[in-house]
Amino acid sequence: MKAIYILWLRQVKRYYRSPERIIGLLGQPILFLIAFGYGFGPIYKAAGQGNYIQFLVPGIIGMSVLVTAVISGIEVLWDKQFGFLKETLVSPVPRINIMIGRTLGGATAATIQGIIVFIIALFIGFKPYTLSFLPAALIFVILVAIFFTALGTAIASLMKDMQGFQLIVNFLMMPIFFLSGALFPINNIPGDIKIVTVFNPLSYGIDGIRDTLTRITTFGVVNDFYILFFMTVMILIIGSFIFSKIQI
Amino acid sequence: MTIIEVKHLVKKFKHFTAVDDLSFKVDKGEIFAFLGPNGAGKTTTVKMLTTILKPTSGDIKINHYNIKSDVIKIRRSFGIIFQDPTLEDELTAMENMKLHAYMYNMKKDDIYKLSKQFLEFVDLWDKKDVFVRDFSVGMKRRLEVARSFMHEPKILFLDEPTAGLDVQTRNYIWKYLKEIKEKHKVTIFFTTHYLEEAEKYADKIVIIDHGKLIIEGTLSSIKNRTKTKTLEEAFLKLTGHHIRDENEDAEMSHIKRRSFIYK
Repeated sequence: MKAIYILWLRQVKRYYRSPERIIGLLGQPILFLIAFGYGFGPIYKAAGQGNYIQFLVPGIIGMSVLVTAVISGIEVLWDKQFGFLKETLVSPVPRINIMIGRTLGGATAATIQGIIVFIIALFIGFKPYTLSFLPAALIFVILVAIFFTALGTAIASLMKDMQGFQLIVNFLMMPIFFLSGALFPINNIPGDIKIVTVFNPLSYGIDGIRDTLTRITTFGVVNDFYILFFMTVMILIIGSFIFSKIQI
Repeated sequence: MTIIEVKHLVKKFKHFTAVDDLSFKVDKGEIFAFLGPNGAGKTTTVKMLTTILKPTSGDIKINHYNIKSDVIKIRRSFGIIFQDPTLEDELTAMENMKLHAYMYNMKKDDIYKLSKQFLEFVDLWDKKDVFVRDFSVGMKRRLEVARSFMHEPKILFLDEPTAGLDVQTRNYIWKYLKEIKEKHKVTIFFTTHYLEEAEKYADKIVIIDHGKLIIEGTLSSIKNRTKTKTLEEAFLKLTGHHIRDENEDAEMSHIKRRSFIYK
């Protein structure tokens, strides 16, 4: 437990000691909130769907968590390149604990980013349905953060160079985000694309956040929780296995 | 008493044999120099001894523990200083010491006491709250020396510990290592390309080439057997004068490897 704690703490310290990273990662969500929120808002309203900001904010919170979490995986490559990983791999700590400590650290940073986006959204007109469901929304944010940090760490464990990681991450992140229901409802999209959204963990994360914050849902909050929880456990198991095979 | 025992050690990466039937022993309290030209198999051997790589075949015993069954106990037994710094630049010196201590499950009461003791020892106590990113290369190496002793290991592995350091820092590093070795009865296993360091400090020397052991013994026995005056002459006589282009890591990275890492 001590090792998990100290590796978590190290990731968290790296995060809050880098304000430029915190601010940099907020740029895209704020742009999306303003551009899509105010751009598509009138069309959404004209179609009789209500306030688009209410629909959009949970999706943008999910996006912010997704990006921060996956990008934190790059720290494995950084540690490979600059040596710190060797220090952890020769220590008497099982690899699974190293993976868990790192993942929880990255997930904490991603969760904080999601909370910051939520606070910013309040200033641009987002109104949660009830504050009493905020802890439930936070649970979904944490699950999304853990899932995608573990995914980023697993991908980075398999790679040798940062450029390759960036390419793979961009290749994965864009479809995961756009086919998650973050920007538009997925109820009425064509069948083939809908299948992709059903297998997309972010769909359940965003749907869960949306349900707990605005009472708008596609799958139902209970289904969201169980499916996302199951997927998170699976990626932790697979990620730990991949991390245990890491090459230095 | 033997503290490191290597028997018929082999490491193959597909068709490339990095370490080929290597056997040697290191006695407790010895300073042991493990030498060889570039690509000889030194780093691969150190990686196997320190549980980073799993051997293809052969046996390794470290501090009487078998590497096949007691990996965690072996990891507790040694400290290591790698060729390149492995510190966390975004943490302070003290935070790096604390991180190491937690990884080795040290008692809370000991962490501050031992951090202070070893940071003072390497003259870095007054820099304990400075970020490592602001340290010079020499300061980082001194901090790594202090950190490697935090969990009071029985063996210290040093993979080219003084590479890239100026003469003053190299002398200081060896001064620290000698003092700690005497005080804590630590066995030191080191690789280096500075043969004068092996001449000056090693109790026993092994030279390998192409993954095979070429010679082992004390400095005087090696010089006698090769009929040479210096270790460098003996080294060149045994390993040849031609320039080596091989790089073990580069060689290995060209080979698609399946996993052979300890968990």
